[in-house]
Amino acid sequence: MSYGDHSITTRSSGFDRHSRKASDTPVDWLRAAPQCVIIAAIMAKALLDKVWDAHTVRTLPSGQTQLFFGLHLIHEVTSPQAFQMLREMGLRVRFPERTFATIDHIVPTASQVRPFRDALAEEMTAHLVSNCKEFGVPLFDLDSGRQGIVHIIGPELGLTQPGMTIACGDSHTSTHGALGALAFGIGTSQVRDVLATQCLGMDRPKLRQIRVVGSLARGVYAKDVILAIIHWLGVKGGVGYAYEYAGSAIQAMSMEERLTICNMSIEGGARVGYVNPDATTFAYLRGRPFAPQGAAFDRAVTWWTSMATDPDATFDDVFHLNAESIEPMVTWGINPGQSVGVGEPIPHPAEAPETDRAAWAEALAFMSFEPGRPIVGTPIDVAFIGSCTNARLSDLRAAAEVARGRKVARGLRALVVPGSQAVAKAAEAEGLHEIFQAAGFDWRKAGCSLCLGMNEDKLTGREICASSSNRNFKGRQGSPTGRTLLMSPTMVAAAAIAGEVTDVREWLR
Amino acid sequence: MSQDHIRRQIVGRGIPLPGHDIDTDRIMPARYLKSVTFQGLEGHVFEDDRRQASDHPFNHPRYHGASILVVGRNFGSGSSREHAPEGLRRWGIRGLVGESFAEIFIGNCIALGLPCLTLAPEDVTWLMEAVARNPEQEIVLHVEHRVVTFGDRTIPARLADAHHHQLVTGTWNATGALLEAGEAIERVARKLPYISGY
Repeated sequence: MSYGDHSITTRSSGFDRHSRKASDTPVDWLRAAPQCVIIAAIMAKALLDKVWDAHTVRTLPSGQTQLFFGLHLIHEVTSPQAFQMLREMGLRVRFPERTFATIDHIVPTASQVRPFRDALAEEMTAHLVSNCKEFGVPLFDLDSGRQGIVHIIGPELGLTQPGMTIACGDSHTSTHGALGALAFGIGTSQVRDVLATQCLGMDRPKLRQIRVVGSLARGVYAKDVILAIIHWLGVKGGVGYAYEYAGSAIQAMSMEERLTICNMSIEGGARVGYVNPDATTFAYLRGRPFAPQGAAFDRAVTWWTSMATDPDATFDDVFHLNAESIEPMVTWGINPGQSVGVGEPIPHPAEAPETDRAAWAEALAFMSFEPGRPIVGTPIDVAFIGSCTNARLSDLRAAAEVARGRKVARGLRALVVPGSQAVAKAAEAEGLHEIFQAAGFDWRKAGCSLCLGMNEDKLTGREICASSSNRNFKGRQGSPTGRTLLMSPTMVAAAAIAGEVTDVREWLR
Repeated sequence: MSQDHIRRQIVGRGIPLPGHDIDTDRIMPARYLKSVTFQGLEGHVFEDDRRQASDHPFNHPRYHGASILVVGRNFGSGSSREHAPEGLRRWGIRGLVGESFAEIFIGNCIALGLPCLTLAPEDVTWLMEAVARNPEQEIVLHVEHRVVTFGDRTIPARLADAHHHQLVTGTWNATGALLEAGEAIERVARKLPYISGY
């Protein structure tokens, strides 16, 4: 791999990181101890610990922590059964004012006039509307101007704030960690529990710091960084961990770039990923509808700052990655860890660790890809710019720069799906939709779209899609045999125009 | 808690499903999430994989009636859809044993009362082969004692303490335990600056 420069270190401090609580340590011993560095390390806490402790209600009989959730986001797919269970138990929503709903997964993106053509989608929408009304939950409906993918609108509206705990019945809830929150994807039974109690029983995860240092080369984006991290740590490397993203490359990123990074934590197995709140975070939040206003904002900044990881905090382990060695990344297989730099060939299963060889062979067979062949030049049928990973204004701006004055390859389907109504409005105000349309892209309305096969946007047959989304699983984009190549939005735009996978860096010179 | 929620031991015939990183999109394709209930999901478990591979274990008559699913590494990765374990449960699965499980998936399984026991990789390989040779032989998941037995072989298994507690005491439906905290929930909420108005 040409983008090497990475390593993992484990700090063995001789005690369990989780048992280190300042309150557990006798003050006299602290004063007497000569090793000041050790004291600092003991006193110092990571954001994970501070937020966890602030939201702890009690220890459950199972030994888990009963953790309070400051924000619960719901959508039409994972909530209807939860509301029904609530009804059967005769319970209400405990904190309706801390619960917000939107519609994203099943919503069509061509026409959003109701009733939808798809009767099942219409039924799910009608249920969400009536459940929200019955239980007093605010809904960002299609006519609100605030509808969009749940992980786009939370930060965009200022609902997502540093120091919060957040739950949502969607695995990409990790996205919200970009603002310094602990955000957990959950299933429907847990949605029921949060509706009923605003709490969940949870085990505190271990903590891995991922330090990305240096500057990204032109044409290399946050998407490439997170794909590179998952490439090195694997799709299950983060199971049981929270990922704290840090280092000069992360600090230099905009909030939207950090959202892309945290979004795909779950693809590396980590249920939670976060970036410590800083000036970038505060500037992003100022003036957003649900962010604190006036003097309250300044007080909030003080608290938010105090929740960031202390300089001397320790981690269960630390992973180092040099940003300068990262190329634009492209996946060649059926999970997000199966990727190469765009300048590299599709790997041979013989190169895989022994335990992965069969999986690599299965992936290559499904993709009908030949090992040793360059990934560049792989023909594509569909190009998709969208999803909770990469459908924010900065993503669309970057892709539009590539599309400007060019034409989508003949016979290729290309669509741009803004992540929210607000993103769509802002993009249209800048004329981005006209750039895309002139190039032959479809300009759609906000929704999850072609990221998953739950609405009208789907692959058919063996189509290959260059996609800015987050999952290249078998069947993910709606055709059981369809194929997905994950990459950054600019790489997708370039592939749409070239008709094949191409190195976007050559287009930006 | 109720007596019929107690999961000290699960006994049933096994169904081995080789392969790693089998995600929840494969267990339950997204098009079957377009419903406001979980009804009928049992008919769609692994539907696309089964159509593409006639020898898929879930197609094979020899595994009809099996209730213990034996899987590889990182089973249930990806989407948080509870439709995946709910579909398996409705198909007849009562317990899972494998090399490792994705975190959200295992939480969803526990919330449905489905134990997920973890074995060493070589033990998973052995168990898959043994079940394939003798599908009539029952597997016993000794949840309480954290071991798995098959014939005369006893295999040590791992199960997180909290999940062990919830399964053996029948408290895996968490709502009741969480409600018992009562007003303590509101007391924590009031102390949070973002709720009190900073």
